[in-house]
Amino acid sequence: MEIISPLPGVFYRKPGPDKEPYVNEGDAIVAGQTIGLVEIMKQFSEVRAEAAGVLVSFKIDDFGIVNPGDVIAIVE
Amino acid sequence: MGFDIIEPGLSTTVQDQGRIGYYRYGIPQGGSMDQYSASLGNRLVGNTHKEAVLECTYIGPRITMTSDATIAVTGAPVDVFVNGDSVPQYERLSLKSGDELKFGVIKGGTKYFIAVHGGLDVPEVLGSRSTYPIGSIGGVNGRAIAAGDSISIGKKIDNGLPVLQSIPEADRPVFSPTVNVRVMLGLYNHNLSDKGLKKFLDGEWTLTPIADRMGLRYSGPGVEWKKREQPFGAGQDPSNIVDAGYAVGSIQIPGGTQPIILHRDAVSGGGYAMVATVISADMDLVARSSPGTKTRFVSVTMDEALEARREMTARDARIWS
Repeated sequence: MEIISPLPGVFYRKPGPDKEPYVNEGDAIVAGQTIGLVEIMKQFSEVRAEAAGVLVSFKIDDFGIVNPGDVIAIVE
Repeated sequence: MGFDIIEPGLSTTVQDQGRIGYYRYGIPQGGSMDQYSASLGNRLVGNTHKEAVLECTYIGPRITMTSDATIAVTGAPVDVFVNGDSVPQYERLSLKSGDELKFGVIKGGTKYFIAVHGGLDVPEVLGSRSTYPIGSIGGVNGRAIAAGDSISIGKKIDNGLPVLQSIPEADRPVFSPTVNVRVMLGLYNHNLSDKGLKKFLDGEWTLTPIADRMGLRYSGPGVEWKKREQPFGAGQDPSNIVDAGYAVGSIQIPGGTQPIILHRDAVSGGGYAMVATVISADMDLVARSSPGTKTRFVSVTMDEALEARREMTARDARIWS
């Protein structure tokens, strides 16, 4: 399963510069869990998993630019 | 009579043709960022130009109707769902009380519009229903819509025009990853060096994610300024001027690196040199640009700008007949 960005902006894996990442590759996640943030127009929107599974890999780097429809992460 | 907001979307605001006549007091005209797309929605649902619509940014709202309504979704391409079923954009849609309206992932552009027959019945402030969030005026309590809001629909309207079921393909706006934006040079292009002006007009500029109703920032080759002694009252950077009024659509280049187009909610004055101004006919084109859009600034004369405005007005008159 792919986690898609619904909006453009900058992708962050941590809730704040001094914080731990929301999730790391290989971690189990539950449906609705936040896996990162996208910043656009000075707003930070949480990116959530739609279903439970294991987050296999991130397709966008921390601080990477995303566009709507881009795959952020793969969940199996 | 109206609808309830279940989820508000990223930044969904009530907008109309704008708050005209107060710019000189520092209140921007605002209004739908892509006026043409918004007007097509009003045309489809049988309104006049003046009714207020919902402007959705990237992520639209989820709405439950509390009365029957005729609506249309225009502007940026997006999947539209009524009770989970896909329905077309640029068409007149009949919703029943209890219907749920929601949206998929935006496929281009930044803004799509929900027009409703009768318009959105929020109070007029200084002659407009447009939301200006920084000034906390207009729209729903001066802010973007929020979950739990109930928005009323205005009274039925007879605009005297034949019913239009859908907007023909040829009349729909285009959302392109490359655009030529027509500008008139000035008022401060004389502060650019010849090489700087050439870089501005010959360069390809890419819209950054730093873009909203106030302004849109572009990255690209940068510019160069003439060497001059900064006058009293101007900042030390050559991109600074003694404060002056900003024309709507002004392009300033703080530091000389990233041009910013001032759009409908921008401030009315300040201390950056405006090297050029987007012509009125191309303000909607700028509003349709999403981050990553490759942009060239094309210099036109006043006559060419006025001709472009006449063409825009003629197209509008044809659609509203």
